[in-house]
Amino acid sequence: MEILWATVAWLLDPAHWQAADGIPARLLEHVGISAAAVVVALAVALPVGLVIGHTGRGGTLAVNLANLGRAVPSYAVLVMVLPISLRFSPALGLDVIPTFTAMTLLAVPPIVVNAYAGIRGVEPELVEAARAMGMREREVLGRVELPLAMPVVVGGIRTAAVQVVATATIGAVVAYGGLGRYIIDGIARNEDDRLLAGVVLVAGLALLVDGALALLQRRLTSPGLRRSAPAGTPVTRPSRSR
Amino acid sequence: MPPMRDGEPLVDWAWIAAHLDDIALRSLQHLWIAFIAVAVGLAISLGLGILVLHRRSLFGPITAVTGVLYTIPSLALFAALIPVTGLSLLTAEIALVSYTLLILVRNIVAGLESVSPEVLEAAEGMGYPRRSLLWRVQLPLAVPLIVAGLRLASVSTIGLVTVAGLLGDAFGGLGVLITEGLQTFFATKVYVGALASIGLALLADVAFVRLQRRLTPWARAQALDATGRAAVVEAA
Repeated sequence: MEILWATVAWLLDPAHWQAADGIPARLLEHVGISAAAVVVALAVALPVGLVIGHTGRGGTLAVNLANLGRAVPSYAVLVMVLPISLRFSPALGLDVIPTFTAMTLLAVPPIVVNAYAGIRGVEPELVEAARAMGMREREVLGRVELPLAMPVVVGGIRTAAVQVVATATIGAVVAYGGLGRYIIDGIARNEDDRLLAGVVLVAGLALLVDGALALLQRRLTSPGLRRSAPAGTPVTRPSRSR
Repeated sequence: MPPMRDGEPLVDWAWIAAHLDDIALRSLQHLWIAFIAVAVGLAISLGLGILVLHRRSLFGPITAVTGVLYTIPSLALFAALIPVTGLSLLTAEIALVSYTLLILVRNIVAGLESVSPEVLEAAEGMGYPRRSLLWRVQLPLAVPLIVAGLRLASVSTIGLVTVAGLLGDAFGGLGVLITEGLQTFFATKVYVGALASIGLALLADVAFVRLQRRLTPWARAQALDATGRAAVVEAA
């Protein structure tokens, strides 16, 4: 019980909210690298997922990518990139490059898989109707498939973002800042209050991001879909055959 | 970092050859720690899944709680337990088990609910006692989805064990090699630990796909659907 009060006291201590290693600075580092990784992953993964969902070609690629993504833990990516990136850039190779690489690779599979599954899950009758109305393929994807698949597509982005924010914690292992710093330093210095404060901050941030993106997911879902399938419902039928 | 200077090899093969027994031992430890976590996770999830079958209203709260557990970063959860359970195997297992719950509960419930009422009626008509329906009809029919869940849980647990290696060498399996490699600036050890753990995860993945086909010859046509479906259940 005592340790909990110590943690609260640590979090409330004004000294921990200032200076270069204060909570706001660490939070900024944490969110910064997470956001950069998710944006880069989105730029690559979203078009790929949407296109293979639309054409139906490369579906096994999506499933295999998901399996591979699970089998390769971010911690392994982080430590494997480190020796190589150090050779190329002593300045950024120690912390920024390994963390950024691991986080970007972590974000790609859920985005691709959900974009693919969401588009594949659209009723084929609707797609055919859109084509019969004279829509071009691009319009079919952008104006029919994507709006209908939106909850699932955004669900993938949500999963990616939450995982990245949660996992960016391990950047501290290779000298990156971020909120993981408090955890790693807490363990190293045997300071349980610092350690638990880090845990609270990281877990809180992850839950906050999850909640915020759940709201966004709801916002982006067309009202007609909202009634039939509440946002956040797990997809259970991604590979409806056409 | 000495091995990372120009000219020096990234991988020291002689070291690997001399430490094969150590690597094998760490691999076995790695698998054992992951196995305990998935086995305990399965036992708890089966209990929760059967509970949900009797009281559907519990499904929401159970997935909410396991979902929050799933969201907490692994390093943070390991770390949070240190003041309570110390640097013990128990610390690692509590965290690892809690990560399996969301995947397993969801898949078990989906599996149990996938059995249609007609099938249950038919079973009753054939003389199965009501009480034995769960164990002799519903659970066997739920096996494809349960194994699909076990596959996901095992693969991600094997990955997470490496993170446990940050905390101590009594547990953490191949993660210990990674951590020691980082601390002594020895890239070879880092690569051996990381690549071996990835190899174990991929092996487990393949093994479960095989097991699934073995266990459910009648569902061969649906096997692909079950795994593809599960992959997205986790991602959503």
